[in-house]
Amino acid sequence: MKVSPRLLITAAVLVLGATAPWLISSYELSLLGRFLALSILAMGITLIWGEGGILSLGQGVFFGLGGYALAMHLKLEGLDLANGDMPDFMSWSGVSALPGFWYPFANPWFALACVVLVPGAFACAFAWLMFRRRIGGVYFALITQALALAFATLLVSQQAYTGGFNGLTDYSTFDNYDITTQSAAVVIYLITFALVVAVYFGLRWLLATRWGIMLRATRDGENRVRFLGHNPLPYKVGAFTVAGMLAGIGGALFTLHAGVVSPALVGVVPSIEMVVWVAVGGRNVLWGAIAGTLLVNFAKDEISSALPSLWLYGLGALFVLVVSFLPNGIAGLFAGKTFAFKREAVK
Amino acid sequence: MSIIPAPILMLENVTVDFDGFKALTDVSLTLSPCALRILIGPNGAGKSTLCDTIIGRVRPTAGRITFKDQIITTLPEQEIVRRGICRKFQTPGLLPTLSVMDNLLVAGQRNRAWWRALTTRPPAAERTRAEEILEIIGLTDRRDVLASGLAHGEKQWLEIGMVVATDADLLLLDEPTAGMGPQETQRTAALILSLLGRHAVLVIDHDMSFVETLNGYTTVLHQGQILKEGTVADIRADAEVQAVYLGRAKE
Repeated sequence: MKVSPRLLITAAVLVLGATAPWLISSYELSLLGRFLALSILAMGITLIWGEGGILSLGQGVFFGLGGYALAMHLKLEGLDLANGDMPDFMSWSGVSALPGFWYPFANPWFALACVVLVPGAFACAFAWLMFRRRIGGVYFALITQALALAFATLLVSQQAYTGGFNGLTDYSTFDNYDITTQSAAVVIYLITFALVVAVYFGLRWLLATRWGIMLRATRDGENRVRFLGHNPLPYKVGAFTVAGMLAGIGGALFTLHAGVVSPALVGVVPSIEMVVWVAVGGRNVLWGAIAGTLLVNFAKDEISSALPSLWLYGLGALFVLVVSFLPNGIAGLFAGKTFAFKREAVK
Repeated sequence: MSIIPAPILMLENVTVDFDGFKALTDVSLTLSPCALRILIGPNGAGKSTLCDTIIGRVRPTAGRITFKDQIITTLPEQEIVRRGICRKFQTPGLLPTLSVMDNLLVAGQRNRAWWRALTTRPPAAERTRAEEILEIIGLTDRRDVLASGLAHGEKQWLEIGMVVATDADLLLLDEPTAGMGPQETQRTAALILSLLGRHAVLVIDHDMSFVETLNGYTTVLHQGQILKEGTVADIRADAEVQAVYLGRAKE
C-alpha cells in the first residue's frame, strides 16, 4: 500500500509536536507554546480573510478579551474575597472594594467559559451590525483597526479595573494547581498543542462542509450568492464569530504561557502583525497560518534580541516582500496548478 | 372567449428614474408560465434595467410588479429569488474559485438555512439534479475544474446551468450569447429551447440570428419604452422597428 506524502508529513509533525517537551530546551518550549497559542488565532484569520475575504485589523481585541477573562480569574486565585481581599493593583489604585463584574471570575469554569463566549458574542454582534449594513472591504478593515485602538486605550485608561498599562500579571495557580513549575509548563504546552490540532482539524472539517463552500462563494461573489437566493449574512457573521472565539482561546493560552496580558498585546500594531503572520504563511491554507505564525515570531525573537530596534523594519520589509513576490505566502511555494487558478480569481 | 393561462409575471406601468434620467417609462409586460419571451432593443434601451427591476436590484419609481399573483415590487433580493425568479447576468457571474460542480450545488441548494449547510454531503436529490444539469449544459467532463478555468462560452453555459439549478419558475437570461461564436450561439439556443417545458424564460439579446432561431414572442424596447410586441416575423416586418433598431444593427 502506498502512503501519501501528505499523511507522512502530518504524522511526523504530530509526533514532533507531541514530543517537543523532551526534545527542546525549556526556554524554547515556552516560546513554542506561546507561538502555537498565537497560531490558533491565526487560523481564525485564515477562516475570515483567506476563505471569507474579510480583512480584520482588530483581532487583537478578541485575543485580549480571552486573555483578560482568564487573567482576571488568575488574579483572584487564592484571595479571600469574603474578607475584602483584592488584586494587588486595585489596592495601589485606591479602589475600596472589588468591582461587581470581577466577582464571577472567581469561579474558574465561569472564567473559562468567558474566554470563548465573551469574544464570540462580541465578534458576533459587531459583525452582524457591520455586515447587515453591507459594510465591507477596506471600510471594514479600518473600523476594526479603530476598534483595536479604542480597546487598548480603554484598557490603559481604566487602570483601577484593568491594571492599566501594565495589564494583569504575576499569577501562580489555576484552580489550586501551581502553574509556575516546570512540569506545569509541559502540561500547558501539551494542552496548547492538543488545541492547535483540534482547531486545525475542526476548521478543515468546517471548510469542507457546504457551509465552507458557501463562505468561499460569498467571498467570490456576494451579489451572485444573493441573487441565487442565499443570505450571505450568516456565513460572514458565523466566520467572524468563530475567528473571534479562536482569538479568545489563543489569548487565554498565551496569557498562561507568558504570565502576562497587557494593552501592548492587543492594540493596533499587534493586530496588524497577526495579519502579517497569515500573509507570510499563506492565507489560503490552514497550515500556512501555523507556519507563518511560528516563522515570523521565532524570527522576531531572534532579531529583536540581537538588534532590538531593527524588528519593526524587518516586519515591514517582510510584509512588502510577501505581498509583492509571494501573494500566497510560503504555502504558495508548495502549491501546484490549482493555486495558480486561485490567485487570479481572488482579488 | 379563449382560455388564457394566468400570467406568471406582470409589470404594470413600471417607471425607473435615475436622478432625472428615465431608464424605463411606463413599461407594462405580461409573461406566461413555461413560455419564452424575447426582449430586444438597441444599447441603452433599458433591457438590463428591466431585468434589474424585476429581481429587485433596482427599485421602480412608479408601477407594480406581480409574480404568481403576489406583489414583489419591494421584496429583498434573496426573497424574490426564493419566490422563483432567477437571473443570469450579462457578464458571467460565477463563483470563480469553486469547481463547476460546487457552483451548481450552491445554486441548487433547496433548504437555504445556514445550519443545514453544516454537512459535507449535499442531499442525494440535489446531487442527482446537478449531474443532470451538467449533462444538459454539456460540462460533465469539466465538473471538477474551477469555474475561473472555463472557456468563455462554457462560463455562459455554467451560469445558465446555475440559474436552472435554482429551479426557479422564471429565468431571466441577460445576453446569454455575448461573446460567442455562431456554433456556440446555436447550441445556446437549443439549450434555452429545451428549458421551456419546466421554466418560463425571458431572454435579452440583440443578435438577430439568435433571436430568429429561438423564434418566440418578442418585445422591442426603445428608449425605455415598449415599441412593439409580436412574433419575430412581425417584428422583422415592422417599419418602425426597422428604423430604430434593425437598420442600426447592421452597421
